[in-house]
Amino acid sequence: MTATQAAAPPATQEEAKVLLDFKDVEMTFPNGTVALSGVDLTVREGEFVTVVGPSGCGKSTLLRIASGLESSSHGTVSIATSRIGYVFQDATLLPWRNVRANVELLAELRKASRAVRSQKAMEAIDLVGLKGFEEHLPRQLSGGMKMRASLARSLTLDPELFLFDEPFGALDEITRERLNDQLLRIFAERRFAGLFITHSVSEAVYLSTKVVVMSGRPGAIVRTFDVPFPIPRDPDIRFTPEFAALVGDVSHALREGHH
Amino acid sequence: MSATINPEKAPTGTASGPSGPPIKRTMPAVRARRPRPAIWVPPMLVFLVLLGLWYAVSYLVLDEKRRFLMPPPDQVVTKGFLDPDVLGEILASLGQTAAVALAGLAAAIVIGMAWGIAMSQARWIERSLFPYAVILQCIPILALVPLIGFWFGFDFFSRTVVCVMIALFPVVSNTLFGLQSADRSQLELFRLQNASRWTVLTKLQLPAALPAVFAGMRISAGLAVVGAIVGDFFFRRGTPGIGSLISNYQSRVESAELFAAIITASLFGVVIFWLFGSISKFVVGAWYDVDAR
Ligand SMILES: Nc1ncnc2c1ncn2[C@@H]1O[C@H](COP(=O)(O)OP(=O)(O)O)[C@@H](O)[C@H]1O
Ligand SMILES: [Mg+2]
Repeated sequence: MTATQAAAPPATQEEAKVLLDFKDVEMTFPNGTVALSGVDLTVREGEFVTVVGPSGCGKSTLLRIASGLESSSHGTVSIATSRIGYVFQDATLLPWRNVRANVELLAELRKASRAVRSQKAMEAIDLVGLKGFEEHLPRQLSGGMKMRASLARSLTLDPELFLFDEPFGALDEITRERLNDQLLRIFAERRFAGLFITHSVSEAVYLSTKVVVMSGRPGAIVRTFDVPFPIPRDPDIRFTPEFAALVGDVSHALREGHH
Repeated sequence: MSATINPEKAPTGTASGPSGPPIKRTMPAVRARRPRPAIWVPPMLVFLVLLGLWYAVSYLVLDEKRRFLMPPPDQVVTKGFLDPDVLGEILASLGQTAAVALAGLAAAIVIGMAWGIAMSQARWIERSLFPYAVILQCIPILALVPLIGFWFGFDFFSRTVVCVMIALFPVVSNTLFGLQSADRSQLELFRLQNASRWTVLTKLQLPAALPAVFAGMRISAGLAVVGAIVGDFFFRRGTPGIGSLISNYQSRVESAELFAAIITASLFGVVIFWLFGSISKFVVGAWYDVDAR
């Protein structure tokens, strides 16, 4: 993509540490379904890569392979960190734990001390703006707040690589936009590498430094777009012609890949 | 628009709301604010109807000679509950039966949960063990009971064994079902942190299973009372339970006392059932809608 190079991150990208590297990855399930084929994908430190593609094209499978939940049937996958955050499509909070205990869960599973756990949980809850809701049970929270709690839970790991599987897909437009802004703010602050899956093109362009378009059956990458907008990102960028043009290009590639 | 006005007017307690489409929308509000005694009205009405039927059978269907088949309720009360000797006898034997039922229930819960947990650990264990849970439930226990007497003697222990056999299945199946009710993504969340089986069991599967386990316990509690009474019938050694008392009254054709004993035994079952419902509400009610099914 041609655009004005406004920010520092793209310029330093070449030297940045590679956190996730897919080379010619293929995934064939035991039942014969070919979910991914010939996928090459690199995610570097400081990058926020978004994958868009029609449903069933293997986006979740890609993420599951990246997280180690699934292993590819062909090709190489290198992951340069063990601090991986994974945000599921649903918030997956434990309904019997309040927000604080839910956010503490991962550190607890990693056997962190009680003090460290609660310190990290407090910071994360603060960061996602759930302060004051620590004692609430998940059933008392709205969908957006549940998602923020889920985000906070992963943040306690200080992930170097953050994987998101359509986390805001079930939320209404207004909540989704608010969470997008929040995520961008957290990204600007923490600077993890992100691999984000969505079916919303404007969300993809707004959030990321790179958009990857996948085609369906078997899932393959058809095009990659660099997003030139600077990273503490102005929400109003969404109403600029440059933004609209890029969204148009991505949508176009998505439609072409569909055939 | 009338739908938005109705809830303001409804709480005054006039139960007869105007019919029409808006009523559906206002239902929850009316229900939430209805004074509590209203909950007792429908079962009370049913009770009165049953009482009426009972009298009808006693006095209209049965002639005087055969009235002992269904003595009228007032006789049951006067000859059964108000006679201190009879009441004492009933309560003492109920105590014995209750001890058996509670011991049996406790054993059924422990064995049943262990069985369910074992089955949840691997598909092959489930496949090996589940058929036997089903078979256990299908065994004609009554046919086995005499044998159990020969094996284990004719008092407390055998009664408890019968009780466990009758009460076990709901705990086993509900524990298994509950443990398997944890979401796939929740399991993966734990797997991503390399959580051990034990951690997954104690921090995810067991808490997730609690509502189902309690539902199973509640059913088992009722069955345990039935089991204890069945045990009483067959194993007469030691302190008599309410089952032996019932069979004594039966053979002496003391039907008012018989009815009093049966009612007492049923009330005990209801109390245990209710008790487990309350425990369940207390333990998981905060995060799980026990009443919503
Ligand atoms: N465990 C599995 N076994 C067989 N097929 C699977 C499995 N998981 C996913 N698939 C199939 O692989 C394809 C891609 O799935 P997925 O990665 O979930 O797609 P997406 O997230 O893009 O909607 C789908 O056709 C799906 O049915
Ligand atoms: Mg998916």
